[in-house]
Amino acid sequence: MTSTPSRRKAYDGVVLCAPVTVPYRRYSTNSAHWWIGRALQALTKQAGLQPTDLDGLSVSSFTVGPDTAIGLTQHFGLTPRWLDHVPFGGASGMVGLRRAARAVQAGDADIVACVAGDTNHVDSFRKTLATFSRFAQDAVYPYGSGGANASFALIAKNYMNTYGARREDFGKICVAQRDNAMGVPHALMKKALTLDEYMAARPISDPIHLFDCVMPCAGAEAFLVCSEQTARSLGLKSVRVLSTIERHNAFPGDPIQVRGGWAMDAGELWSMAGVKPDDIDFVETYDDYPVITMMQLEDLGFCKKGEAADFVRSHTLTNDGTFPHNTCGGQLSVGQAGAAGGYLGLVEALRQLTDAPLGTHVPDARIGLVSGFGMINYDRGLASGAAILARAA
Amino acid sequence: MAVANLLAFARAIASGTIRVVDLTQTLTPDFPTIVLPPEFGQCAPFRLEEISRYDERGPAWYWNNLTVGEHTGTHFDAPIHWVSGKDLPDNAVDTIPAKNFIAPAAVIDCSREAKADADFLLTVAFVKAWEKQHGKIGAGSWVLLRTDWSKKSYADYAGLRQDGAHTPGPGPEVVEWLVEERDVHGFGTETIGTDAGQAQHFNPPFPAHFYMHGKGRYGLQCLTNLDLLPAKGAVIIAAPLKIKQGSGSPLRVLALVSAERE
Amino acid sequence: MTEPLARPGRKDPLKKTRLPLNPQGARSRAAHGLTAAAAEGRFVLQSCADCSAVVYPPRDACPVCLSPRLPYKDVDARGVLLAETTVRSSTDPYFRERTPWRIGTVKLDAGPVLVAHLHGDTKEGGRVRLGLKLDKSGAPVAIALPEQDTPHMGDDPQLRELTCDPKFRRVLITDGRTAVGQAMAKAFSEAGSSIIFVGIADAWKPFPGMDALRGIERVEIIPLDITDSESVLEQAEQNGGRIDIIVNTAEHIRAGGIIERRGINIAREEMDVRYFGLMRLAQAFGPGMRFRGADGVNSATAIVNLLSVYALMNWPTYGAHSAAEAACLSATQSLRAELRSGGVRMVNVFFGPLETEWFQTVPPPKVAPAALARAVIEALKKGLEDVFVGDVAEDIRLRLAVNPKALERELAG
Repeated sequence: MTSTPSRRKAYDGVVLCAPVTVPYRRYSTNSAHWWIGRALQALTKQAGLQPTDLDGLSVSSFTVGPDTAIGLTQHFGLTPRWLDHVPFGGASGMVGLRRAARAVQAGDADIVACVAGDTNHVDSFRKTLATFSRFAQDAVYPYGSGGANASFALIAKNYMNTYGARREDFGKICVAQRDNAMGVPHALMKKALTLDEYMAARPISDPIHLFDCVMPCAGAEAFLVCSEQTARSLGLKSVRVLSTIERHNAFPGDPIQVRGGWAMDAGELWSMAGVKPDDIDFVETYDDYPVITMMQLEDLGFCKKGEAADFVRSHTLTNDGTFPHNTCGGQLSVGQAGAAGGYLGLVEALRQLTDAPLGTHVPDARIGLVSGFGMINYDRGLASGAAILARAA
Repeated sequence: MAVANLLAFARAIASGTIRVVDLTQTLTPDFPTIVLPPEFGQCAPFRLEEISRYDERGPAWYWNNLTVGEHTGTHFDAPIHWVSGKDLPDNAVDTIPAKNFIAPAAVIDCSREAKADADFLLTVAFVKAWEKQHGKIGAGSWVLLRTDWSKKSYADYAGLRQDGAHTPGPGPEVVEWLVEERDVHGFGTETIGTDAGQAQHFNPPFPAHFYMHGKGRYGLQCLTNLDLLPAKGAVIIAAPLKIKQGSGSPLRVLALVSAERE
Repeated sequence: MTEPLARPGRKDPLKKTRLPLNPQGARSRAAHGLTAAAAEGRFVLQSCADCSAVVYPPRDACPVCLSPRLPYKDVDARGVLLAETTVRSSTDPYFRERTPWRIGTVKLDAGPVLVAHLHGDTKEGGRVRLGLKLDKSGAPVAIALPEQDTPHMGDDPQLRELTCDPKFRRVLITDGRTAVGQAMAKAFSEAGSSIIFVGIADAWKPFPGMDALRGIERVEIIPLDITDSESVLEQAEQNGGRIDIIVNTAEHIRAGGIIERRGINIAREEMDVRYFGLMRLAQAFGPGMRFRGADGVNSATAIVNLLSVYALMNWPTYGAHSAAEAACLSATQSLRAELRSGGVRMVNVFFGPLETEWFQTVPPPKVAPAALARAVIEALKKGLEDVFVGDVAEDIRLRLAVNPKALERELAG
């Protein structure tokens, strides 16, 4: 066994392009297939491709069952030579991107459509929670059935007890994100939020209150991964991948989650990209509960462990201020369309770095960091990942 | 008997000139049965299980299955019931000649004596005194012992105490005498058995069973309404179920009584 | 400090009876190791046979050494409550009408971390001990209890949801003629039950202890013969709407094997009392109890069936009796499934030879009726489902777990 993992090859010549968002709806009578199909259609239209030109497909969805990616090829009439199913929730985008990028780099596929989409029927959220995982079924859901709210409440409560973060600090993150969402046309929560409103909100599972929670909804997000040359020939603006990391079930010995896998891999993320935290123009964290955003800020190296509350207090976190964060409002404002929530940050970063945001611009954005987090299998989120993306030369 | 007389008999019943008195207790689950020490096999109490009652088990009809012991409720004892009658001919309910199910009755009223003493025993002297008043008991006649026991609460009816049951019945001599000297048809009571509650301590034990069945005579028990019968003149119809080699059977016991006082 | 439970007032006849709902009851096969322990009131977790790691949630391979050998073992139930939350909004209909509901993260001294229900007397950062219980759907859950018992702790609403506490509940004891039935009546009276209906069959037959039975506080003698369908139905019609716990004390114990019985009359009586008797009770009272499974403080909560431990393995000395008990046991397994939708528990209390007439020739150790009654109360207070009372019952349980065939041969004598 070696303690130094082997050096990874750079993602030279691989880009993301064609950001797609199928506008979210709180509830949908359509199936996940419908939402994913609309995203694929939007991708091909934007890129000027026929569906059969997509020779790679990566799908993430909670609600497409009993189908998986293979069933969808027939459903959508695709004949890919590279196919992936990435059921990793909030880390889906990061994991999908990493695999697709290597496939393109290795020549296994030329154009990979990465898509995440979920529907939200009136009762589908409850059903998803009850059967989310074997550990959830055996050891979480029977305990009050508070879902992720209750699980993150325990993590947030412990974080507050341990590091002295206050609800006001969580509130600052939520209020700033809402500010960033004001220009996003399909955001489900577009009403400005004040800290007083945040503090006075209905308790859901102490210390989690209403505005700490994302709103489950239906929607889809997608992008293409291809070579820089292909993107150019299609006339698509693209962004480069400077570095990525991925880690699962990090720190299993921590009795309660205070950090994620980023803390294991952040060094490699920065060294591979050849940039420093100060070089980052905006950050898209995975924001299903502000406490996890704080852990990401710490574990990715923007501040020390336990100091995220101070860090948050010292920045505006808005697109027009210091440390622009979750620049389209994040899931807390636009909604959480299932696995598409794990794509939201990547698609938004792609838009910011190609000058096509749905909402407000981050001025002069050149390098962005996107982070993903997902799959609260038992008592903690298992999957984490991050990518540093840069404007194409 | 001529045909015309039988029709006259039927008309007399229809018009009420001949009264039909029902001597039968209703079969219910909680009616007391004979109690033996718990280590012995027990007489099954009456039980009714509904098969259907106009419901999904049978939409248009109501019926039941029943379980019952041969000696439950108002019942008939055949000679084969007792060891003393085990080798007699025609000793089971299915082989007893059918004509034996209809016979006259002498009703001996000892309700006053039984009320005074739950362990009252019928004696030869008592019967002789009765005969002085009502005439000799005819051969082939049932002897029915009226004690009004059927009017008691179930607990008093069973009369159970720590030393066993205390209910009235015949002493040994009188049973032997009734069989040998009066050639009676059988012996009937209102109590759970034809014998007295304490009859296991008699010599022989259970004399009514021993002597009656030993001579091919019958028993009736758990009778009611004996107070509605005349001392003499009633005709008893007591036909047990035709159970193969049955030792007895629950049955409907009817008494025909002339409405005109004799 | 737990607020002592107030005696429930009379029910408002204009109010709709709240229908029973159950929390999610699905569990993985591995998790049913917890079900078995919770049913008996033990605290177990998987312990790796190869590396000794204590593991939770239930798995099929050790997360330390990947060994598939993960037997359940008794482990130290003590730990620290790291963090708590009060769930105020739940997606599940059962919890939705029971919020606010406290849960917490407990780090056990033995290693693993459990998400657990919280007793009201636990504090964040404080020491706790975990108990494994069965919830309304019969599935195993952990609840963190205060490290030391606290006053009225059984009255805690979250704990009471996991138990069948007889306090303020109305009980039917099916047969008061027996020493066991009478001991049971006394025990329920002392446990604070509101009414103790005691069934007496054939009231015209006197029985020892009758006057003492009548003298027990809140005992109400009723005519009931569980071998008579009509009698059982009549009682259900009359009192079924206010019976929360049934304790089936009706017994029929006779020595002897199969061959020497000569006929089936006694066996039929045994089956009539034990198997058909339970069936009559269940058919008459079950629907009402299942309907009243969430009816407030005095909701319907349990049917307790007393069973000879030889229901589990035939003892030829009481061979025919054992067989009837086995039939009765099998019926309880069906009833368990049928009662579950109403959140009503089927509690089986297995006993060895009793200190009563019918086991007169059996050498000790034997179970005194009062001890059996105490065990029933304890089982209901703890929310158990399978209880073994006395040394013989415990001995049979252990031997059965090790080698059923050996037990069969050894019981044959």
